[in-house]
Amino acid sequence: MTSTRKRSIQAAVLAVAVLLATRVAIATDLQSLEMIARGRYLAVAADCAGCHTKPGGKPYAGGVALETPFGTLVAPNITPDRDAGIGAWTDDEFVAALHEGRGRDSIRLFPAMPYPAYSKMTRFDALAIRAYLRTIQPAPDKIEPNQLPFPLNLRSNMAVWNALNFKPRSLEPDPSKSSEWNRGRYLVDALGHCGTCHTPKTLLGADKESAYLEGGTLQGWFAPNITADTRKGIGSWSADEIVSYLKTGANRDAIATGDMTEEIVHSSSKLSDDDLKAIAAYLKSLVPVQESTPQALAAFDPRMMAGQAIYKDNCAGCHAEAGTGTSGLFARLAGSHTVQSDDPTTLIHVVLTGSQGAATAGAPTSPAMPSFDWRLDDAHVASVLTYIRNSWGNAATVVSADQVRVMRSAFAHSTSGANR
Amino acid sequence: MATKLPPKDVVIIGLGWTGAILAHELTDQGLDVVAIERGPWRDTATAFNIGYAPDELRYAVRLDLFQRPAQNTLTFRNNDSQTALPMRQFGSFIPGNGVGGAGVHWNGVVWRYNPTDFRLLSHLSERYGASFVPDELSIQDWGVTYEELEPFYDQFEFLAGVSGKAGNLNGVIHEGGNPFEGPRKREYPLPPMKMTYGPTLFAEAARSLGYHPFPQPSANLSAAYTNPLGVKMGQCTYCGFCERFGCANYSKASVQTSVLPVLMRKSNFEARTECEVLKINLDASGKRATGVTYVDSSGVQWEQPAEIVLVCAFAFHNVRMLLLSGIGRPYDSSTHQGTIGRNYAYQTTSGIELFFDDKIFNPFISSGALGQVVDDFNGDGFDHGGLGFVGGAGINTGPTNGRPIQTRPTPPGTPRWGAQWKQATKKSYLRFFTLGSQGSSYATYTNHLDLDPTYKDRFGQPLLRMTFDFPDNDIRMSNYVTDKMEEIAKALKPREYVVSRRVKPYSTVPYQSTHNTGGAIMGADPKTSAINKYLQSWDVPNVFVVGASAFPQNAGYNPTGTVGALAFWTADAIITKYLKSPGPLVPS
Repeated sequence: MTSTRKRSIQAAVLAVAVLLATRVAIATDLQSLEMIARGRYLAVAADCAGCHTKPGGKPYAGGVALETPFGTLVAPNITPDRDAGIGAWTDDEFVAALHEGRGRDSIRLFPAMPYPAYSKMTRFDALAIRAYLRTIQPAPDKIEPNQLPFPLNLRSNMAVWNALNFKPRSLEPDPSKSSEWNRGRYLVDALGHCGTCHTPKTLLGADKESAYLEGGTLQGWFAPNITADTRKGIGSWSADEIVSYLKTGANRDAIATGDMTEEIVHSSSKLSDDDLKAIAAYLKSLVPVQESTPQALAAFDPRMMAGQAIYKDNCAGCHAEAGTGTSGLFARLAGSHTVQSDDPTTLIHVVLTGSQGAATAGAPTSPAMPSFDWRLDDAHVASVLTYIRNSWGNAATVVSADQVRVMRSAFAHSTSGANR
Repeated sequence: MATKLPPKDVVIIGLGWTGAILAHELTDQGLDVVAIERGPWRDTATAFNIGYAPDELRYAVRLDLFQRPAQNTLTFRNNDSQTALPMRQFGSFIPGNGVGGAGVHWNGVVWRYNPTDFRLLSHLSERYGASFVPDELSIQDWGVTYEELEPFYDQFEFLAGVSGKAGNLNGVIHEGGNPFEGPRKREYPLPPMKMTYGPTLFAEAARSLGYHPFPQPSANLSAAYTNPLGVKMGQCTYCGFCERFGCANYSKASVQTSVLPVLMRKSNFEARTECEVLKINLDASGKRATGVTYVDSSGVQWEQPAEIVLVCAFAFHNVRMLLLSGIGRPYDSSTHQGTIGRNYAYQTTSGIELFFDDKIFNPFISSGALGQVVDDFNGDGFDHGGLGFVGGAGINTGPTNGRPIQTRPTPPGTPRWGAQWKQATKKSYLRFFTLGSQGSSYATYTNHLDLDPTYKDRFGQPLLRMTFDFPDNDIRMSNYVTDKMEEIAKALKPREYVVSRRVKPYSTVPYQSTHNTGGAIMGADPKTSAINKYLQSWDVPNVFVVGASAFPQNAGYNPTGTVGALAFWTADAIITKYLKSPGPLVPS
């Protein structure tokens, strides 16, 4: 996949009124160094560059193409260039973009820009980001963000979508919880916009709020459940392990894959330890409804026996016979929530195309899993995944050759895929 | 002509072990460093897919990771009376190519040379008298001592994650390690590899003869490891695809597994691949290098100015670079004058194949540096009085691989093809193993490197000419140690065994060793060495020449451990001495 943020948007039918976010006037000095430094940190936490900076391109000059289910959107230039960028915008216009999804002259933004999350950001923090962005080198690169097909390209559609799906609201601190918990929730919901990927979407592309952070499938990856569910979520990770994962891209058991590697490299690896601990504290507080644990497939099932043979020949060299892996180098499969997730999209993806871990200062190795699409057919991939999902205490649904075939043919038409 | 580029603090010629180590150390000091590498970019993730990394035909037979002779080769002759001819196919040695250099496709054996190796001439004269060393030999002291290098050996071993057992910790001999080694300050970073059946039997037989077997120090990691740079490496799987191959599962130390992940993150480092340095440029005085001129794959020439030039290519390429650049005085084998090309040396090897009926060795469970070694007859660890030679060899059994194409053991009398050959390979494959001796190669006045008067490369620059034959001293040494090895072979009670002794003349055809050394040697005297004890050119002090080219003669060990130690040693000298006061670090 070529871009980090691929958001669901939706064509809709009728225009309805839009709620305006409350604006609290805060006296701020946008030229103060403290404000600029705060804004820089917040821009990292919100990973603005993830979409607005092309790999190898000028900072915040835009150009990252976002392939959404509805068509392509390109992240615009947000440098202070007065023509190509947002230099001519007023501060209120900037805040409105974050809080209300309305650009200059009140044009409606597409929610590929995660304003449903950013609307929870305080006005003060939005202005701090503004203060920082004003210091960036202006870039004259003109970007046409809206490359959606007609009629989805009509921005007026978004008025309807907003009416149905978007309630701008600030995130009121919960006084019954610790300040760490509140900070963590703010980082997760407002800045980090974790739910953009990790919360499943409705048909209209809005968050399915009843399944908050329980995992979503987008663009060939399953962004896993990050609640404290011990089997499907990250409940078996200690707070320290969550911090290590976000800071370095790896912890004792897991190595980041997919778009998460970019998020880690550009955003969470640069957050303060206190903020990462706050995120961990908040995520660990999210206890979902417990479901019954599925029964592991019997070891003598033909798919399991085939999978075991394939595993020994292709996987055990790194992941070890018992699926234990090597910390920070080869992901642990035994007990892994990614391995056991209901949706095997990420597993199929990784086996077919390979994957490379994030390279961070704390974990520079950036180990890679090679691609196996040229070596294993659909039934092989299905068997080996079924095997790892049902061995060493793991239990999960069978992966079918058909699921593999669908993803393989999707990849055949894209240029992506590491390590071929 | 060449387009001049913005200057750098340091330009490095070649991005193998030495170039990468120096780049890492010097960029840590804030210097702006560029490495110019003739071959392609390689990293584990993209170049060594586990699905095809163990492709014997591609890598071991067709030599995919190696230098192509059409790109550059050498001419060869045994002695000055012959006319050298170009090697159109590499045979007895195979130089590497690309990022990581020969450190990509090595076996991973990591030795320290003995304390006496570094002051070889002084030591032998002190022990046996000044006239003891045979006249044909031009052996010298290194100018650096083992004690000086010890911390830098340590640094390399921890960078690479070497698996082994110390035999001498701070002067105290420890059972199970090599009792003949110099004192080390601490234990190896990882315990020894697990031994397979052949090495286990070898150790028992050697012990029964009163020798001191120990596990070979190995950069195929016995356990998962995080090195001091923070890079993770995996546990070796004993797959047996080390030499001639890149390691796909991060368990053989290399520039890729040990240094690049950190080095490539640095904004003050840049690697330019597929770019070949043509020469080091000198100012009008000839005493100062101004940078290098290189040509890219489009044939465009570039001049890269730099304050320091580090020559970090493979041993004989380093020598050629100095000769092409007019740095130092070329060695003249008729007058024994001059330094560049002097004391080219190699490695003196022999082997024994053992065939059994009643034992199964499973040779496919193997790794490049797995094995047991006996060092009782290496270096000057034994009394040479009355033996008629100097030097020695390690005796080892190293089950490096059981690869299907090239592992075809057949006892004498087997036809070279057909049903009987197939039957014999089938019977012998599981029931054989080999012993080897890896001996010192002592420099002579006649063995040397210079520029070929006839043959040129594709840029019109002369090829390097190698003049080499085994010294009679080394043949005597090798025969002596091979006799000892034969005693061990007999003690193993095979059905039969076949001894392959080292004989003259040296042939460049059968593979022997890529341990080519010397030609730009270090020493204390500018008349007999190209570089001083800090590997700094005597003639052009802002040029350092790092690698096995610096060895005044070769010892009975694989050179990479010492090459790595010398790279750290040089980096330390540049940082702690040269940067503070650029100029000669040793008065000439």
